[in-house]
Amino acid sequence: MSKDNKSTAKKGTPLSGIGKGLREIGRTFTEGDWTAKLSFVIMGFGQLLHRQFLRGIIFLAIEIFFIYYMVTFGAVYISKLPTLGTSATYVDKSGNVPVTIYGDNSFLILLYGILSLFVLFAFLFLWRVNIRQNRQIYLLKKAGKALPTSRQDFRSLFTENFDKTLLALPNIGIFVFIVIPIIFMICIAFTNYDAQHQPPSNLFGWVGLENFKNLLSIGGSGFGSTFFTVLGWTLVWAFFATFLNYFLGMGVAILINKKGIRFKKLWRTILVMTIAIPQFVSLLYVYKLFANDGLVNAYLLKWGLIDSYIPFWSNVAIARVLIIVINLWVGIPPTMLMATGILMNIPEDLYESARIDGANAFQMFRSITLPYMLFVTGPYLLTAFTGNLNNFNVIFLLTQGNPLSMDLAGGAGYTDLLITWLYKLTVNDTNYRMAAVIGIMVFAVTAVISLVVYRLLPSVRDEEGFQ
Amino acid sequence: MANKNKEKKTASRSRNRKIGNAITYAILIIISIIWLFPFVGLVLQSFRSYASEYGGMVAYLMPKEFSLDNYTYLFSGDCSFVRWYLNTLIVAVCAAIFNTFMVLSVAYALSRLRFRGRTLLMQFWLILGMFPGFLTMICMYFLLQQFGLTQAGAIPGLVLVTVASSGMGYYVAKGFLDTMPKALDESARLDGASNARIAVTIILPLAKPIIIYTALTAFMAPWCDYVFASYVAFGYSKSYNVAVALQRWVWTNDYQGYFTRFCAGGVLVAIPVTILFLCLQKYYVEGVTGGAVKG
Repeated sequence: MSKDNKSTAKKGTPLSGIGKGLREIGRTFTEGDWTAKLSFVIMGFGQLLHRQFLRGIIFLAIEIFFIYYMVTFGAVYISKLPTLGTSATYVDKSGNVPVTIYGDNSFLILLYGILSLFVLFAFLFLWRVNIRQNRQIYLLKKAGKALPTSRQDFRSLFTENFDKTLLALPNIGIFVFIVIPIIFMICIAFTNYDAQHQPPSNLFGWVGLENFKNLLSIGGSGFGSTFFTVLGWTLVWAFFATFLNYFLGMGVAILINKKGIRFKKLWRTILVMTIAIPQFVSLLYVYKLFANDGLVNAYLLKWGLIDSYIPFWSNVAIARVLIIVINLWVGIPPTMLMATGILMNIPEDLYESARIDGANAFQMFRSITLPYMLFVTGPYLLTAFTGNLNNFNVIFLLTQGNPLSMDLAGGAGYTDLLITWLYKLTVNDTNYRMAAVIGIMVFAVTAVISLVVYRLLPSVRDEEGFQ
Repeated sequence: MANKNKEKKTASRSRNRKIGNAITYAILIIISIIWLFPFVGLVLQSFRSYASEYGGMVAYLMPKEFSLDNYTYLFSGDCSFVRWYLNTLIVAVCAAIFNTFMVLSVAYALSRLRFRGRTLLMQFWLILGMFPGFLTMICMYFLLQQFGLTQAGAIPGLVLVTVASSGMGYYVAKGFLDTMPKALDESARLDGASNARIAVTIILPLAKPIIIYTALTAFMAPWCDYVFASYVAFGYSKSYNVAVALQRWVWTNDYQGYFTRFCAGGVLVAIPVTILFLCLQKYYVEGVTGGAVKG
């Protein structure tokens, strides 16, 4: 409900906002004095002349940097963005001595092109801020008020603008290492960047929706059938990994919290150790435990229970079940911890009155514990589910996505999740174009599930209703 | 087990409870054995002699002869285990310090300050978080390469990437700060304290549990980091972390005889992390529980 309102409200503002902004820019120009007019070309000019040195110098520096950046670096890359380069680097052997002729590099063009576009937008935004400040100077002077000094500007970073101080560093980090790479990879999904097109000797270029068509094409050399196999298993895995862990974890928590059970702390600590020990140690050990020559097979053979070893990791069905079972070992302890905390919050008198009414333990669980837990942990279940969709560690440490099959394209195996397949495509096949497409698909699946489930959650729908 | 409770009250009930408890104990003991088995196995096999027994997979659990062969190998000159260990430790300590700083800055700003674009920023980061992390790998690798932070410089590179993107993991910390009463800030603001002053002198001391939680989780993550660590250090073994190095011992066929060495390395990695974790367990539980309820 509230979301709908927000989105409609937002749709209205940007357009009218732009109109208002343009009008304000116009009025700043017509009404402002010559310093304001000159600030349209020389940023920070008005501020400097009004003795706001800190602001003025920063804006001037930004403009100088921007012009220098664009002239020496940015403009070239932006201009090459539409083609991603035309002349590849090659070795000219026509002369007596082979000479390397350096050409374009699609990778650099795409990356720096995106970066330069961002610099351009940032500059436009700052230019707008610069205009607004000049407008502010004009208004303040007209009202006969004092302009904020540099010292006041600086101090505001710890008072009303403290949020900007706090968020500056995280925002820069996220922009450089998350936003730019994600936009870059989204663009890669529309190019033919793969093993055959490795710049600088082989350029890549835009191919439109070809990769997406390839992903959805069934049969032939298409990725279609593999994609749906992997997607299906990803969903099945996430479902079992989330809900089995959840219910069994809750069960273990109830067992430990049961009245009259002693050494509660000991039981808990034993389970909690699995969280502490790095997964690559414990899971790799478990992987070896179930290997063909591992301990489990060895003892089963020794005791005469089987005649030949069980191929735990090479049989598709066994491997899949085993992964889910081993994941219980990983997933029960955190759920147990969380459930313990919440179970203690359930009012005891609810159980008392149920007991007086003659309810047995199972009935009490079904009509008191479970609804309470589900209500409180709804958001947790959602994050756990999306986390399991992308649970790289468990799959990769146990099977690496194996068993492989000739029926699957792109080096995928039958226990591969989308995310491990994405990893294989990137690292083993250097098939970046398809990896990027898979990445976008992972995003789509996560986003759709999150949105749909989030709206269905009772704790979101009526926050006050459950008491 | 509890269905019997239905029948009659008092006497039979206490008998039933005893049976119920006995069954519960039995289940808990079985669970404990299952959960502890891999660790016990790991420790036992790490003591198997490399010289007189085989270092690879064998068909028995108890070593025939206890020895420290595998441990001495790890610390001998043939193996850079100490280097790998230090690499991981450096990343972990840096992450614990700087991530905590970043996460708390973000959490504080989003939780206790109101500014333009706050919800927009949160929604934007939520959407960013839905993209799989590996998607960004090749681009990040290239960025790091530009600064010479791959292969030989992989460790500072790893620190940089870990810290730079850590701000997005603010959810648990924000949930914690949200629960602190607003009146705290307001009364201080009336006394003329600046936002920065309120953050440092009033909120920070009260946020100790969440600081420890954040630092602890940040410290533990690098011990498990395989994907990006192996990608950045590609082919340069001195920059491996323990996860990358030990993984190679388990997976590559030539390394068959290295299994017990892997066990020894695993034990050495697991011990300090586990001890630290168990000491700070209380804070971890608070974080997990609080985070779950807040969503």
